[in-house]
Amino acid sequence: MKCPTLRVGHHKTICDCVVGAALCDRPLYAREKPVWRGRGGRATSPVVRPSSLQPSPPAFLIAPLAALADTSLVELIRDIGRRILRLTVYVGGLTVMIGRLLASLPQILGSARLVVYQMLTMGVRSLPLIILTSVFTGAVSAWQAAYQFQNFVPMRFLGTAVGKAIVIELAPVLTALVVAGRVGASIAAELGTMRVTEQIDALEVMGVDPVRYLVMPRVTSGAIMLPVLVLFSDFVAILGALVVAVLMVNLSATTFLNGVKLFFHMSDMYAGLFKASIFGIIISLIGCYQGFQTRGGAEGVGRSTTGAVVIASVLILISDYLIATMLFRV
Amino acid sequence: MIAIRGLVKSLDHRVVLNGVDLDVAKGETLVVIGRSCCGKSVLLKHVLGLMKPDAGTVTIFGKQLDQLDRAHLYELRMRCGVLFQGGALFDSLTVAENVGLGLSENTTKSKSEIADIVAERLEWVGLAGIGPRAPSDLSGGMRKRAALARAIAMDPEIVLYDEPTTGLDPITAEGINDLIVRLRERLKVTAIAVTHDMNSAFKIGDRIAMLHAGKIIFDGSVDQLRNSADPIVQQFIVGATTGPLEPL
Repeated sequence: MKCPTLRVGHHKTICDCVVGAALCDRPLYAREKPVWRGRGGRATSPVVRPSSLQPSPPAFLIAPLAALADTSLVELIRDIGRRILRLTVYVGGLTVMIGRLLASLPQILGSARLVVYQMLTMGVRSLPLIILTSVFTGAVSAWQAAYQFQNFVPMRFLGTAVGKAIVIELAPVLTALVVAGRVGASIAAELGTMRVTEQIDALEVMGVDPVRYLVMPRVTSGAIMLPVLVLFSDFVAILGALVVAVLMVNLSATTFLNGVKLFFHMSDMYAGLFKASIFGIIISLIGCYQGFQTRGGAEGVGRSTTGAVVIASVLILISDYLIATMLFRV
Repeated sequence: MIAIRGLVKSLDHRVVLNGVDLDVAKGETLVVIGRSCCGKSVLLKHVLGLMKPDAGTVTIFGKQLDQLDRAHLYELRMRCGVLFQGGALFDSLTVAENVGLGLSENTTKSKSEIADIVAERLEWVGLAGIGPRAPSDLSGGMRKRAALARAIAMDPEIVLYDEPTTGLDPITAEGINDLIVRLRERLKVTAIAVTHDMNSAFKIGDRIAMLHAGKIIFDGSVDQLRNSADPIVQQFIVGATTGPLEPL
């Protein structure tokens, strides 16, 4: 059986079909997907050149070689430049917003009603979700710790390990990630919709500073309510761990709780709450900035929403590491 | 009262405004007409200082906008009212809260004083009694009226209309046109309206300017516009598909 679209090249038989490709002897990398030509360039189908008739390189080199062969260095540099420029503009814009936010803080009392409303939205309405995720976070922590402890560490230390992990790390970070998904996305979508429907412009022309009216209440309530949510999360997660310790690991409640208290320091709790406050600022600030930067209708709102969750999540994890290195000296 | 000189603006590497010069006298209503996406709304945003020009200046009340800091810009904007194309009413507020927002945020008026002003403005636009309703409960025409009530809530000296009749049926559009004319007579405001609705332009405009390819290609009275020999102007006001302009 022969490939139906065989044609004769200069020296060898070349096939440019897809259906019959498996039957002809054309090198694999000549049939790769359209080649990347940078953001501004046009993707083109690869051309079968005499060089493609050479023996195939190793599979892991196929994509880089194809890119190098068909992408000009100038275009590559231009694309890198564009990305750096976009990042610079993003950071610059965010810095300007932070400056305007700080300038609007003295008017916080005048915006108390807005702050309280946002505290209700961000905090109270997030509570059921936080409780649900925290119960299972605590439960799985206790189960995994017990699994690791068996035959090596006395089980009376189970509460110590789980309690420390929850208060210092798990509750703040997981609560922040859940809130980033729920609240950060919601802020970006709401403000993004306001941007594309000219509501933010309307505020501007009414002489109402949108940063004071929209951003400041959200960031303030984020900074206040995330530590509150983390406190709930601490409590509920330890409760979940206790249930697993008693019912599944056959540890007494007293032993588990004594373990929790054994090396418990209030400074750990404060560190967790401080981190939570920083995470709350990150979530709301990124959500607001993404919303303000929205362009292009429903698709733009979707992009901003996704971006808010992704950027906030990444920044939460990076700042978590940085804060840990500052607060907990090894 | 409003002076625009040599305004140039590019968006996404496309020159939208390419040296626009316009003047609007006190008490005058200028209508800027032009095809969709020709830069009419961009022009309005420059008048409000919502966009910064690449070149050229916009002067309102004798103050050049690009030389004002944010606080002074806000002060100046409070003397202007804007009717946005889609109304731009705040979804999270009631109609009354929308209309009274500028007053509650920028003035020391009491709640009852604001409520009185809101009720009066809503009555002017024919929406008496709908203050407690949410913007989402209103029809397109009612949203425009509510947005117009908000635009005039702070007794502006300048009112800007961005496509005031777009998306409305002819009867509702005519109602909005009547309302704009009545408000002009009642408030004696200076106004700029951008539209591609020629009925609306003829009805509300004292003067009409046509924006095409980033420039003002016509600036004159309604009669001068009707009698213009420019084939682009004639094709646009007649709405013919044949001529120098091709359908988009």
